[in-house]
Amino acid sequence: MGASVGRAALILALGVCLYGIGAALYGARSGRREWVDSGRRAVYALALILTVCFAVLEIAFLRSDFSFDTVAGHSSTTTPTFYKAAAVWSSQEGSLLLWVWLLSLWSSAAIFLTRHALRDVVPYATAVLLGFGAFFTGLLAFLATPFATTHPVPLEGVGLNPLLRHPSMMIHPPMLYSGYTLFTIPFAFAVGALVVRRVDAEWIRAIRRFALAAWFFLGIGVLLGARWSYAELGWGGYWAWDPVENASLMPWLIGTAFIHSIMIQEKRGMLKIWNASLVLATGTLAILGTFLVRSGILQSIHAFGASTLGVPFVVLIALLVAGSIYLVVTRRDALRTEHHLDSLLSREAIFVLNNLVLVGLCFVIFWGTFFPLISEAVTGAKSSVGPPWFDRYTVPLALVLVLLSGIGPVIAWRRATPANARRNFRVPTLAAMLALGLLLATTTAAREPVALAMFCCAAFVLGSVGQEFYRGIAARRAMSGESLLVAAGSLVRRNRRRYGGYTVHLGMAVLFVGVAASSAFQDARDVRLAPGQSATVGGYRYTYVRPTASVVNDPKRTGSLLDLGAEVLVTRGGHQAVTLYPSRGYYPAPDTSQGPVGSLIGGEATSHVGLKAGLRRDVWSAIEPDIASLQPLIDRGNKVVPATRPDLAFVVLAAIADHYRAAPPPAQFRLIVSPLVTWIWLGGLLVFGGGLIAMWPAPGRRVRARYLARVGRELKEAPTPV
Amino acid sequence: MVVGAVIVILLLAGVVWLVGEPLRAAAGRDPEAADDGRPGLEAAKEAKYREIRDAEMDHRTGKLSPEDYGRLDRQLRTEAVEILRRLDELGPEPRRSPPGTASL
Repeated sequence: MGASVGRAALILALGVCLYGIGAALYGARSGRREWVDSGRRAVYALALILTVCFAVLEIAFLRSDFSFDTVAGHSSTTTPTFYKAAAVWSSQEGSLLLWVWLLSLWSSAAIFLTRHALRDVVPYATAVLLGFGAFFTGLLAFLATPFATTHPVPLEGVGLNPLLRHPSMMIHPPMLYSGYTLFTIPFAFAVGALVVRRVDAEWIRAIRRFALAAWFFLGIGVLLGARWSYAELGWGGYWAWDPVENASLMPWLIGTAFIHSIMIQEKRGMLKIWNASLVLATGTLAILGTFLVRSGILQSIHAFGASTLGVPFVVLIALLVAGSIYLVVTRRDALRTEHHLDSLLSREAIFVLNNLVLVGLCFVIFWGTFFPLISEAVTGAKSSVGPPWFDRYTVPLALVLVLLSGIGPVIAWRRATPANARRNFRVPTLAAMLALGLLLATTTAAREPVALAMFCCAAFVLGSVGQEFYRGIAARRAMSGESLLVAAGSLVRRNRRRYGGYTVHLGMAVLFVGVAASSAFQDARDVRLAPGQSATVGGYRYTYVRPTASVVNDPKRTGSLLDLGAEVLVTRGGHQAVTLYPSRGYYPAPDTSQGPVGSLIGGEATSHVGLKAGLRRDVWSAIEPDIASLQPLIDRGNKVVPATRPDLAFVVLAAIADHYRAAPPPAQFRLIVSPLVTWIWLGGLLVFGGGLIAMWPAPGRRVRARYLARVGRELKEAPTPV
Repeated sequence: MVVGAVIVILLLAGVVWLVGEPLRAAAGRDPEAADDGRPGLEAAKEAKYREIRDAEMDHRTGKLSPEDYGRLDRQLRTEAVEILRRLDELGPEPRRSPPGTASL
């Protein structure tokens, strides 16, 4: 019943999209508002229908209804409930449904919030958003339906991919997809604005907050993905320049450029062509990101998303690129700049530089990501570029970016005088010099010049942002006589964009310090240890104390049936630092071909990392038990357990676990001591805290009214414009 | 199966009601005035006020000298006056149709 409802609802959703596009465009062309309103309501209706679709699928997963193909393929009765709920978006069909559902929700919010604004732009934006809706509901209805059913109904499902059984996977995809779908909103409003040749202040006001929201959610998604990689994948890194990681980073970088450069357009009427191009590129890159995850076109760890959706996506992206170029070229008269750069010593100039660096970063990542495809198309042989290639180009650009994020806050809009600039650069420069001196005197940072440069740039940012806060608070206190804390609160509350932005800059500097330190000064070893043996890494002594083994009772609650690991004592200078418990979970195979015992643990396996995180350094460990040594026991168990008594297989599994505890073979360990990794996550929190401050609606009418009165007063005194 | 059909029919009825309501409400409603550019000017005014405040903040935090600030502030206020003048030329703001009729 649920599947039929879902299928019918998807067809209905497609029909609503097509109707809404027609109604909105007809209303715009004929000037009949009722049709525009009807088109707008089609967006709300789409959200309603897709909520029903998503609820049907979610209920099917929670009830382990294996009559749904996608439930049987991506969940099982042994999958914990927490992960059953998240398993919806582990499948291709489910994730596309999540994508279009989020699109419909965010589009509804955007269309509702602009219901009294941009009356000529909104119908076209509505049509574009519903166009995206039609594309994805069309895919879901005809090419990758989540409501396909199977007969006879299997008794058990394949289970959720063990790699995805991590708490951040509950939040990572919805955040990422919220970012992607939110970026389609500025895209849609840009298309509308270009169609009607209206890229004015109202347009900027409408799209800025959605661009910021998209940047916020996509950024959280990217960071959660990095956290998942660090804590789940068993290699000890957080960023591998994987194509899917890159796909999410590219729109975020261009979105960051747009958020900066749109301020120049808002203040000076400059960079209109650039901004229109950036916002259109961001929307297109968001679709490209979805395409890379879902098409399987590039090999990556995310290859579980491989599918046959390549052609429709390529057609859509080609349309978006061609349409964007056409609109920008044909509307260049409406995009003429109103002013020119007054001075190279101005915040505008710094923003332009920042934009060039961000776009340069995006280009490098784009090229590195698509190089394998381009190379295969040209030479017939597939080759790829690895992290060293990316690092060669992105590291210098990141250094410049961090430095610019420190210069921007201390330089005035329009034109700064050299005297002012000298005075304002004094504290940040001193901070950078102090950091350099301290690091050279007290650490071995000199052996890693690039990391050292990053630390100095970050200190420059800290000096710059600190000075800005200090001066702002001092000015506020001088005006109002408020206490320090109250003045700080008032300052931020009254200048949310400015101080939210500064907080973001500070967070990025902290984040990059973590990246630089953990990349340059990480100590890592792969060793094979038997119980009682030790290995020293980065001044820490890891001792394999004893093996651990559990059946069904997975300590991480991921639903693994066998969990083999180790108790590892970590000491430093003879003192106990921490005891770690790395393990590896083994999950059931999708079929019984490996015998009653072998099938219980013959599926995919995944690492559960043993980690002690700290402000100064992380002590990290992962284990790869020698499961092959247990194979004779598994084979013997397969022979003695009859197929009609699967319960006995668990008894054999418990005996195997006992044997592992009693006579453990040597295990392979990956041991890492990595400095300042926690700074990456703390920096991320600062970045998104700052983003939230900048996004928060302005304090509102009282302040505006006061300003209005003030300008009104000054109207009488102001000179008459010629 | 019957329950499924009922759900789909209810969904269809809800959608038809939702998207059809503005078309029904349009009968007998006066056409709305065309966009006269007021929202754009209002947004430009807000942006200009923000710019004035930014300049003041830049001055207070030592990024603009008193002379530069004075010059910039005068220029920005002149631009704000121009925006207010253009808003005044549009006359009093017309009443907005009550939300929930056709503009939800």
